[in-house]
Amino acid sequence: MSDVAVEEMKVRRVAGTGVPVRGDDIDTDQIIPARFLKTTTWEGMDQYAFYDARRDDEGELNDHPFNEYKGANVLVVNDNFGCGSSREHAPRALARWGVEAIVGESFAEIFADNCKSLGIPAATTDAETVAELQDFIESNPDAGIELDVVDETVTYDGKTVDVDIDEAMRGALVQGIWDTVALLRSNMDAIDETAADLPYIDR
Amino acid sequence: MSEGTLYDKVWDRHKVTELPNGQDQLFIGLHLIHEVTSPQPFSELRERGIEVPYPERNVATVDHIVPTRPEGRERPLADESAEGMLTALERNTSETGIQFYGLDSDKQGITHVVAPELGLTQPGMTIVCGDSHTATHGAFGSIAFGIGTSQVRDVLASQCVAADKADVRRIEVAGTLGEGVHSKDLILKIIAELGVDGGVGYVYEYGGEAVHDLSMEERLAVCNMSIEGGARAGYINPDETTYEFLRGREFAPEGEAFEERKAYWESIASDADAEYDDVVHLDADDLEPMVTWGTNPGQAVGISDPVPAPEDLPEGEREAARAAQEHTGVTPGEPMAGYPIDVAFLGTCTNGRASDFREAAAVLEGREVHPDVRALAVPGSQTVKSTLEAEGVDEIFRDAGFEWREAGCSMCLAMNDDSLEGDERCASSSNRNYVGRQGSKDGRTVLMSPAMVAAAAVEGEVADVRDLTEVDA
Repeated sequence: MSDVAVEEMKVRRVAGTGVPVRGDDIDTDQIIPARFLKTTTWEGMDQYAFYDARRDDEGELNDHPFNEYKGANVLVVNDNFGCGSSREHAPRALARWGVEAIVGESFAEIFADNCKSLGIPAATTDAETVAELQDFIESNPDAGIELDVVDETVTYDGKTVDVDIDEAMRGALVQGIWDTVALLRSNMDAIDETAADLPYIDR
Repeated sequence: MSEGTLYDKVWDRHKVTELPNGQDQLFIGLHLIHEVTSPQPFSELRERGIEVPYPERNVATVDHIVPTRPEGRERPLADESAEGMLTALERNTSETGIQFYGLDSDKQGITHVVAPELGLTQPGMTIVCGDSHTATHGAFGSIAFGIGTSQVRDVLASQCVAADKADVRRIEVAGTLGEGVHSKDLILKIIAELGVDGGVGYVYEYGGEAVHDLSMEERLAVCNMSIEGGARAGYINPDETTYEFLRGREFAPEGEAFEERKAYWESIASDADAEYDDVVHLDADDLEPMVTWGTNPGQAVGISDPVPAPEDLPEGEREAARAAQEHTGVTPGEPMAGYPIDVAFLGTCTNGRASDFREAAAVLEGREVHPDVRALAVPGSQTVKSTLEAEGVDEIFRDAGFEWREAGCSMCLAMNDDSLEGDERCASSSNRNYVGRQGSKDGRTVLMSPAMVAAAAVEGEVADVRDLTEVDA
């Protein structure tokens, strides 16, 4: 990968406005129902984010935050967000809707990994801080919010609060190496050596 | 940090190097591929001109989108998007030289059923798949975990993933499972006890007398649902049960080579004095058949226990419990037994193996499915299907009134045309009872063991299978 390409991929800060989605254990089936996974591309994913949750019994759009906070890019969630199915379509759908960073109490592991793969920082903080941030966004939907990935802080309403970003994720984002293909392939000799030492591999 | 566990040993053997962000680059011994999470990675490799360096360490099948009615499997598939995904996988695997068990193969089936039964899954391997239920393969003593689509691309391009090592929690289960109580009940109990996010950051090592006594197929069901407890991987140390299962399988070594490989398998089991980050103790003796009452797999109780009132739960769980009970329409304070069901669904990567159908058949023999119930038996693979047909087990299902289908994921997530309608309640041997999971946003899933699904199908309501089988008290 060229230096220019790496520079472009560095994710050091995300600034914009917020969208709060409340609730613990929001699984990836809620984020994108399985019927929208029947595709060979990522096109159209933005329409599918929270597809069922955004609609009432008649199929009309309801007051779900993804209907109400269009243009926002900092998603604020609660505990164990993104649990269940490994589908990367979930963070892809969120990203294509507009999400560029997520702040929450905690994330399911595969979901967090998928966010890293897409260059979306997923920052954690305590329940109280999350609740205050969600309350603030609901009262001030147009107010600015900034996640600083380097310093691990969120700034809003004139104050700055600490958040945590997993070290591996933070390193990958700040260094611009979250697209791992080139990185992993640069160690091909070491890959072959590791494989050759495994008793179950004949080559 | 843990030391001397299977997880530590297998990780170290597969670690290629440490990456600049502190993660490890891990070599992947077996990558399983299916049609839903692979088309975009193959496209990206093609665009970037990258060749797959280890095609022989990758194996593909088609499972999520396949119709399970025999007549629905004629090509082209009626569902154009499903046909497109299948066609893409055919092209992608043939261009890269990857083995593909397609719809025309008698070995097609759910990835997590196919790989173990062919002997592809072996102890001491690292195994990944773009599917969270990859944890299943840990039953053999491998490190197996689900990955996202970008990581599928990484594995195709380098046979590696960038990964963080987890902590190891030993789950020690003493005692013996009683009559009518199965490994599905054990894992539902574990998830109910530790929570759906209790395993985040951990890999689970299942052990103890009750786990040791399980057959390979029962062990697969336990490890399968590790992810439902938040643990990305779960495993069981290999033992004679594991080795005997593998002997004679298509991709297992033969003769002298088998014994040599076995020495490796034995060497990677956790040491007697291994150190764990956490240890949890459970007792299997008092366990009874488990059923879910809510909309996540941790919201489960024993069949004779009352559904908890939200106000009796820890504060953080109350709101979710209220919302779940509103969705499922159950009344706190009463047991789940007696709630009418509309659909009985048997199959999936959790409980779609031959022994699961035999357990259900033992309940169904000489009985009929309740007239108000639609009942589906979907073998986990075509191998499972043909094995059961050779034994005549399919006749028991057909005679009882079950539809006997071809292999696929089917109504676990309804990506084919097997789906709940409206607010139907389904007794299901699958792994997730999330809102909308089985294809209808108002559908209601009650997770349980295969034997319990059979009992519910016969009774037309959630029932205790032990009341249908003769048990000496």
